[in-house]
Amino acid sequence: MSLRPDLEAIAGAIGAGSRVLDIGCGDGALLANLRDTKQVDARGMEIDGTCVERCVAQGLSVVQGDANRDLADYPDKGFDYAVLSQTLQTALRPDLMLDQLLRVGRQAFVSFPNFAHWRTRSALMLHGRMPVTRAIPVSWYETPNIHHVTVSDFRELARQKGAHVEREWFFANGSPVRAGVNLRAEFAVFQLSR
Amino acid sequence: MAGTSKTIELPNPLPLDGGGELARAQLAYQTYGTLNEDRSNAILLCHALTGDQHVASPHPVTGKPGWWERMVGPGKPIDTDRYHVICANVIGSCMGSTGPASLAGDGTPYAMRFPVITIRDMVRALVGLLDALGIEKLHTVVGGSMGGMQALSLAANWPERAARVLVIASTSRHSAQNIAFHELGRQAIMADPRWNKGDYYGGEAPDNGLAVARMAAHITYLSEEALTAKFGRNLQDRPDGTRGAKSFGFDADFQVESYLRYQGNGFTQRFDANSYLYITRAMDYFDLAEENGGKLANAFAGTAARFCLVSFDSDWLYPTAESRHVVRALNAAGAAVSFVELSAPHGHDSFLLDVPALDRVVKGFIE
Repeated sequence: MSLRPDLEAIAGAIGAGSRVLDIGCGDGALLANLRDTKQVDARGMEIDGTCVERCVAQGLSVVQGDANRDLADYPDKGFDYAVLSQTLQTALRPDLMLDQLLRVGRQAFVSFPNFAHWRTRSALMLHGRMPVTRAIPVSWYETPNIHHVTVSDFRELARQKGAHVEREWFFANGSPVRAGVNLRAEFAVFQLSR
Repeated sequence: MAGTSKTIELPNPLPLDGGGELARAQLAYQTYGTLNEDRSNAILLCHALTGDQHVASPHPVTGKPGWWERMVGPGKPIDTDRYHVICANVIGSCMGSTGPASLAGDGTPYAMRFPVITIRDMVRALVGLLDALGIEKLHTVVGGSMGGMQALSLAANWPERAARVLVIASTSRHSAQNIAFHELGRQAIMADPRWNKGDYYGGEAPDNGLAVARMAAHITYLSEEALTAKFGRNLQDRPDGTRGAKSFGFDADFQVESYLRYQGNGFTQRFDANSYLYITRAMDYFDLAEENGGKLANAFAGTAARFCLVSFDSDWLYPTAESRHVVRALNAAGAAVSFVELSAPHGHDSFLLDVPALDRVVKGFIE
């Protein structure tokens, strides 16, 4: 099964045989891929019970929990990599979650939809409406995304947290974006260390 | 399905947490499915407070189906075509394993001379059984409720004996409320004049006290929602067929009263009152953190086993918070752990009832 582009980038950067915690792991696609192709000791956290049930049924070690609260239960640097894919923008306090991520993992991957993408900007500027786009497909009143973030905002947060950007990837329409990323990228992936 | 029922006597005296030892302890157990050549497909099922070894075959006293027939059998989530399933009656119980009703060395029943035992003592006896059966490492140890306590105790004290640990609707310690309900049950038994300080074997048993204990416990096994859905305030029809009505007396006017009386009386047909005292005591004493210097994570330090914990949202006896408490400790210990809170309306008893999501989790975890 092929992975989402952001997960594909993350999977490609993770070393074989490492320990990985995927926070907000959904149905476990990344974890199963890492376990099966890289002999990774893969663990997950997911808030949705049905997703957790599907993960456990695949033999994955996934804990039903709320990352806003339950990440605090994990020991310092217990994992080589902590992954937060498409979840940062749903956090109650993304800044505190980033702290936790950099605490439990030696390195962290964060992926998120870029709110400064030109489609988003034009929805607001031209129509004066909250954007509903391919990257942000849900109306404002029912979206789980409570803290929209742009590539530039995230860079600034990482800088404030003393995190070093090891690598970064940007995508639009499933393809890499290399220039003008804050305008042109629909999704961003950062690999961080501290 | 047919199981194989056997009894063994442990070759060595069983050391007990309370001091001393239990000589010539017998364990009655059932097996289902075939042990493979390298002895790697054994699953130990640990039963709950009033459970027994008759998991997937009819109960010899009541004739009712085994207590987990919906989960264990050919093609079932715990598939006896693939796994060798073992379930033993715990020591202290009354279905063939040594307990207070068993004969002591002087040829009379132990009664209250039986030593107070712990969950770890029960598990020590089970490990003795595994030794006798030549099973070094279990594929999985599984338990619900008190069985989950045994699974956790096995994982903590004999970490090399199980590759997977599945704990359903259970806890690492008894809360004040858990102890309080058990004390209510014990007092009901001991207040029955027939209890006679435990010395009733050969005479009339304290059935009234035991029935009240079971009635109280049964309430804790069900959710308020389940009781309301099942009985509401419905009135019980009279034995002569007339419609139920308030009697302005103390008959079982309400269906829920009739149900509890029926459950209480039925229980006395198959369970020994002294066993109820001893096993509830063992559960009340259970505190896995206390055994490990006050820190639950220490219980699982360095474990290589994979864990799965399951709780039910309607279980107020061992609520989700108790499972989360164990999960936190396992995470702190770096153990491979899965945890899911399943939605089911039945309360604590959900682990025994029709919850398809539980079947999927059990099947997925042990595969």
